[in-house]
Amino acid sequence: MIETTPAALEVSDISEASETSGPIETDAIVIGAGPCGLFAVFELGLLDIKAHVIDILDRPGGQCAELYPEKPIYDVPALPVVTGQELTDRLMEQIKPFGPQFHFNERIDGLVREADGRFRLTTDAGTEFLAKVVVVAAGGGSFTPKRPPLNGIEEYEGKSVFYSVRKIETMRGHDIVIVGGGDSALDWTLNLAPVAKSLTLIHRRDEFRAAPHSVEKMRKLVEEATVRLMIGQVTALEGANGHLTAVDVKTASGTERIACSAMLPFFGLTMKLGPVANWGLNLHENLISVDTERFETSEHGIFAIGDINTYPGKLKLILSGFHEGALMAQAAHKIVYPDKKLLFQYTTSSSSLQKKLGVK
Amino acid sequence: MTKITFIQPDGESQTVEAENGLTVMEAAKLNDIAGIEAECGGACACATCHVYVDEAWRDKTGKAADMEEDMLDFAFDVREGSRLCCQIKITDALDGLVVRVPAKQF
Repeated sequence: MIETTPAALEVSDISEASETSGPIETDAIVIGAGPCGLFAVFELGLLDIKAHVIDILDRPGGQCAELYPEKPIYDVPALPVVTGQELTDRLMEQIKPFGPQFHFNERIDGLVREADGRFRLTTDAGTEFLAKVVVVAAGGGSFTPKRPPLNGIEEYEGKSVFYSVRKIETMRGHDIVIVGGGDSALDWTLNLAPVAKSLTLIHRRDEFRAAPHSVEKMRKLVEEATVRLMIGQVTALEGANGHLTAVDVKTASGTERIACSAMLPFFGLTMKLGPVANWGLNLHENLISVDTERFETSEHGIFAIGDINTYPGKLKLILSGFHEGALMAQAAHKIVYPDKKLLFQYTTSSSSLQKKLGVK
Repeated sequence: MTKITFIQPDGESQTVEAENGLTVMEAAKLNDIAGIEAECGGACACATCHVYVDEAWRDKTGKAADMEEDMLDFAFDVREGSRLCCQIKITDALDGLVVRVPAKQF
């Protein structure tokens, strides 16, 4: 799996200033900025439905950006070959006329229906939205840090095992163990070395994926004996009541016990369905059941498109998600504009659509 | 058809026949082998199709490429012989291949 920079995984000291006076009111909330979420903005936009897009990652693209930015995709119609990043960039360009507002590094946690029929959505950062329709385009779920399969690790999480650090000061004076070889592991090694009582970096091999300049800096700290580098793998945790006292590390020469009071494992991200499971929607094997006319969930006004939905014959293809977005938008229009009759139009010939696209 | 044997952590073994040109991961998925998750679908973008190639077969399967080594950083209990089986292409030379499924993918 892929790592993001530490800043992408948590709220930094300064970004807490993102509070607003009240909930943000909008027509549609799109959950997920992957290709299907982005194209949904386009289809909604053509029908004058304004959208805010929320994504847990720090940039658009979803799996395309996180898992396959450089890898070629061969089955997007009319693009014989396109990389995940290119596809994302092109979609961003395509939806620009509709001015979607993005909320990155945030995850929708709460979703409740208000008395007036609208939905109140709350993010983990405290941002609130009021929307007439919700489009769940969350793909495989939200990207969350991978939990190493060490016995009893859950007990330590949040107390002495951390997947991100909010405030560097909280780590002062700790005997810290950092596990991993990517940018997150190396960045935090460099950031925490000055405040730690001791810092041990554990990686399975003496080669690092992280940016070469970070690796160089880390090597220098190791030379100065500020940081200890161990080549090995953590096999067990030692401690009680959530407080870590040591970890066992399997190395080429045997198992060694390293005393520590905090561990930061960086094994990349994995996708978890997350809070979606708590919104009262009909689920089938962790996917959201929808109809194939509107791609609406069991809850009127909440739609699900792309990899996260299921219906008879479902294929997890980007092109299917695009189709689902187009039909969803037609149904969403009935909710957002109950009194307006929708005239089906083509972008090729409709001057009103062309005006919206800014080409006329 | 090429025979591939998957051995589970509890010792249970399953031998499947697979077409050349597929990957060992695809052979596992087609035959519902437990413990091979292949979350990313074979793009070498996760580490959930981790296997241990039997010692006798390591010369034939070859070593992990750089990108695969990077992904193996995300696997648990990496050992000698650790590979992501979506990166092993099935050929006649691999007829009889034995791989072990790790206790955990993560």
